[in-house]
Amino acid sequence: MSTPLILLVLAIFAIVCYVVGTRRALAIAGGLSFRLHSRQGYYGAFVAICAIVPAAAVLVVWLVASPLYINSTIHDGFPAEVKAQSEAQQGLSFGMVNSLARGMDVLTLEEIDAVGANPAELRSALGAKGVPLAGDPEPWMVASAGDLNAMQKISNRVMTAIVLMVALAGAGLSYVRIAPRFRARNRVEKVILSALVLASSIAIVTTIGIVMSMLTEAGHFFGRVPAWEFFFGTVWDPRFAAAGAGAASDGQFGLIPLLAGTLYIGFVAMLVAVPVGLFSAIYMSEYASPRVRSIAKPLLEVLAGIPTIVYGFFALTSVGPFLRDISAQLHGLATGEYVNFIQAQSVLTAGFVMGIMLIPYVSSLSDDIITAVPRALRDGSLGLGATKSETIKKVVMPAALPGVVGALLMTASRAIGETMIVVLAAGVAARMQLNPFEPMTTVTVKIVSQLTGDLEFTSPQTLVAFALGITLFAITLCLNIYALFIVRKYREQYE
Amino acid sequence: MNMMSEAAVEKALDKKMNDMTYKMIGNDVSVYYGEKRALFDVNLNVRENTVTALIGPSGCGKSTFLRTLNRMNDTIEGCRVTGKITLDGDDIYDKEIDVVELRARVGMVFQKPNPFPKSIYENIAYGPRIHGLARNKADLDQIVEASLQRAGLWTEVKDRLHEGGTGLSGGQQQRLCIARAVAVSPEVILMDEPCSALDPIATAKVEELIHELRANYTIVIVTHSMQQAARVSQRTAMFHLGQLVEENDTDKMFTNPDDQRTQDYIMGRFG
Amino acid sequence: MTDVVSSPAGVIDKPARRDIGIKRRYRAERRFRAYGIAALSFGLLFLALLLWSVVSKGYTAFQQTMITVPVEFSEQIIDKDNERATDPQKLMTANYPIVARNAVAKALGVAENDTAGLRAVNQMISNGVRGQLRDMVLANPQIIGTTQTVSLLAAGDIDSAFKGQIDLSVTEQNRKISDRQVGWMNQLVEAGALGKHFNTGIFVNGNSSRPEAAGVGVALIGSFYMMLIVLVLSLPIGVAASIYLEEFAPKNRLTDLIEVNINNLAAVPSIVYGLLGLAVFINFMELPRSASLVGGLVLTLMTLPTIIIATRAALKAVPPSIRAAALGLGASKMQTIFHHVLPLAMPGILTGTIIGLAHALGETAPLLLIGMVAFVANYPTTPMDPSTALPVQIYMWANEAERAFVERTSGAIIILLLFLIVMNVGAILLRRRFERRW
Repeated sequence: MSTPLILLVLAIFAIVCYVVGTRRALAIAGGLSFRLHSRQGYYGAFVAICAIVPAAAVLVVWLVASPLYINSTIHDGFPAEVKAQSEAQQGLSFGMVNSLARGMDVLTLEEIDAVGANPAELRSALGAKGVPLAGDPEPWMVASAGDLNAMQKISNRVMTAIVLMVALAGAGLSYVRIAPRFRARNRVEKVILSALVLASSIAIVTTIGIVMSMLTEAGHFFGRVPAWEFFFGTVWDPRFAAAGAGAASDGQFGLIPLLAGTLYIGFVAMLVAVPVGLFSAIYMSEYASPRVRSIAKPLLEVLAGIPTIVYGFFALTSVGPFLRDISAQLHGLATGEYVNFIQAQSVLTAGFVMGIMLIPYVSSLSDDIITAVPRALRDGSLGLGATKSETIKKVVMPAALPGVVGALLMTASRAIGETMIVVLAAGVAARMQLNPFEPMTTVTVKIVSQLTGDLEFTSPQTLVAFALGITLFAITLCLNIYALFIVRKYREQYE
Repeated sequence: MNMMSEAAVEKALDKKMNDMTYKMIGNDVSVYYGEKRALFDVNLNVRENTVTALIGPSGCGKSTFLRTLNRMNDTIEGCRVTGKITLDGDDIYDKEIDVVELRARVGMVFQKPNPFPKSIYENIAYGPRIHGLARNKADLDQIVEASLQRAGLWTEVKDRLHEGGTGLSGGQQQRLCIARAVAVSPEVILMDEPCSALDPIATAKVEELIHELRANYTIVIVTHSMQQAARVSQRTAMFHLGQLVEENDTDKMFTNPDDQRTQDYIMGRFG
Repeated sequence: MTDVVSSPAGVIDKPARRDIGIKRRYRAERRFRAYGIAALSFGLLFLALLLWSVVSKGYTAFQQTMITVPVEFSEQIIDKDNERATDPQKLMTANYPIVARNAVAKALGVAENDTAGLRAVNQMISNGVRGQLRDMVLANPQIIGTTQTVSLLAAGDIDSAFKGQIDLSVTEQNRKISDRQVGWMNQLVEAGALGKHFNTGIFVNGNSSRPEAAGVGVALIGSFYMMLIVLVLSLPIGVAASIYLEEFAPKNRLTDLIEVNINNLAAVPSIVYGLLGLAVFINFMELPRSASLVGGLVLTLMTLPTIIIATRAALKAVPPSIRAAALGLGASKMQTIFHHVLPLAMPGILTGTIIGLAHALGETAPLLLIGMVAFVANYPTTPMDPSTALPVQIYMWANEAERAFVERTSGAIIILLLFLIVMNVGAILLRRRFERRW
């Protein structure tokens, strides 16, 4: 049986178990459900769980383990001369065997007979059925493919039998346990609780997954390019740097210019977002009438809901050309020569648009923090005869400062990790310079550009993306954890 | 340091109180929170250099009336005041009168101690700084010291002026807030249940302080406790359901009130 | 108390009216307030500019210029040797653009031996007519040899010119459309043959290198599959995780770690999730690249923290008295939560989920890394097929140089924004309808 079919059978079986279990419980209690420890449905659920959970577990383990076993057996059966070949060559051969096996499933028996032992014909026959082969198969491959298919068939049959047996056994064993004093509810709830625990562990698993996967791939990268060359290199030129021999031909992978661009663009963005966001938050929380607030606040939050790709497009087609043209006009007015001194793709364009994107983050985070400052402090200041702005500047903001700093750190981490705006508006040239009117590039841009297109997971050009990724992850992690720490401290102060 | 005995000072003050014109006059004061009316045509006058206590059951409007006296109600959304309140004859709700200036003259101390999260020194110096009352640092130091002395806090905190004000005990915090109000040299100090968050010993200290501040300031205090009103005030006003029931000399109020409701409240029959 | 100032002089002293710098302070007050208004207006101004820029560039994408002419399905051109009964490929590969060209040329009165003229006519119709006419013929081979009136897709440059997006006052060499073609265009307009029609193609077509034939159909399907996967996986897992963390988990180091971890995951740059998906799902598990399944899984991981945070807030907002009431009646903790707490928290949970989904729908960066930037012209039938996503389609078109693609890109953005607006308005209505204040 195919896996989906098995799952379907299990699902139906579970429903049957539930109904049977529920009936049985009620029958034992003589139709009076109050004689049971738990409501009758829990007995049904108990039987259903006992039937399918172990069976599903067996299924999963089998599905993972059996291909591993079969593949290694097939691999062991390769002719000696093939085993002597390089890893990559063996991989190719194995791929051929796999495709052959798949193809032979598609062909009918008569067709296989018709093709006979002629491998070349087999290839064209399979091609007609939509299974392309990389090359002409060799006879031993056909044999291997046959073995593979046979083993898979056996494995599938055994698996089906075992899974169904486990399900039946589970159902039977749990069915006989049904008794009026049997605590079915407690058992079922325990199972639900473990499912809840399992779900919440996914968060941890994700983090471990991120760290492990990136460390592994970055480890491969650092096996080819020394770590210090990556972290302290000032030249980014990943492809064909020099025609020389050895590692040098892989290019140079200096992180510094990318990091410089990231921080510079982030800095420009914060320069826009922090004053605008803070003053908007102050105005909305302290001055605006409820009517103005109820309109302006959601509108500002719309800015946060717009996908970053849209900002990127806005930067690319509107802001960039506008800055370029206006700079040409200004230059023309000053010198009479119409030359643009701001590039369409530049630190300024990307930073400015990113700044607009960050305004709602700054304003909503600081709004929360400013409103958390107790009213008593404001009253105390106003009661002394301070004006509103004096109260804000000298009492509210100092009291809110730690929280606001935390909020700004979180915003900064967003600026550093932002991708689409910089991909479209910052440029791709990895340069170290200070002119905000010139393009620079960022860590995220390079992750994208190294990983789009054809991939092979062996070249440092690809693997460097993971080294960049882990760097990015580490930076934002530190910023976020520190910010969370500050904000938590701040909350405790006023709770 | 005294040239007169305390008894003599008391006597002088009482005499002044009795033949004094009123410091603040409330005329038909009504307050609305949106549609809801919280105060009904209250006529209450505040005498100079007197402690006037406002008593009454919860929600009777006494705190509301207090807050109208320095327009702290302005900060509440949807609050509206009608009638007339004067300070030294000037209508404080007049357009000509500036609320900042008013609050510099009519200070306020709140129910819960609310020191700013700054040092003790900065807490006191805040008012003088924003109003520009000190010409230089020495001036400011002097104001801080004088205010803390008036609040009876100087000896307790003089060695840690630059430590955080929130680190003080509750009673000290409340006296710090009183010192902070005093530092602006107001003419009237409003106190909204200043002892409700304090323990009995701290309460006693604050009450003693209120008694002494009477010499220089006109004080209006809202209190929950009739004993406290009896201890600290010379005049008492009783509010009930947003109306002023009776206003009288404290002594008379607690022995022989004119109004039956006051009698009942004081006897503990309601409230 | 000895430090009380109590001289009678002090009693009588009335503090003189002081100058407390009111005017200066109110100027500062007004200035401060003005900063606030300026900041707020700046933000709102750019919101308006952004939307205006997109809408003004993109609204024309929903109309498409068509040339409606009688088309002769000439047997000579389509199937000269009458092989269609034996060779099914014949009708697939016939030279339909010539059919269309001849039809337009006839309508314009261009002579059959005017090679240059015919070439110019050919440039006026889109390559998309090949598919258009082929589908007509395949659906009904009887029309071969007859003449039908067909609305042919005009070429992108004609479309732009007709919509006024090409400046016709510049010299002929510097624009993509010749004076002769402009003349023909006007001639067709006067004859009522050339006009704008509602553009269904942008919603249903797959990607194309010709802007006039390109649409977001494939991207919509891909995005739909992904949202389905995100919803089906992240809602139950997120709710389960939140229930455990909020209601059952003991307060200890481990749960504290999980808490910090979830907050942190919500702030991890999205591109890092793309790297995770690439390394784990594609490289390790060997799932197909460009498949919406992988995209959905990546977006699920990305959305989970958002949903968990929203759900926990919603659970926290249910007052303890409800729990106490149910427990007091003898309900188990699990029953209390599933019968009482969860239903009361549901509006908050759904609101959070919708907002999480909206974020996932607009997310681009991680999808670039798992190969969704593929050129896909055919509809995916399952989530395992190569596909693309709406924001990725926008990214791909944004990188195209042609003027007509700017219009398409803006049009696609409008479609994306419409979806987001619908989702967010839904969330707001849900909150309004079911919001409960305790």
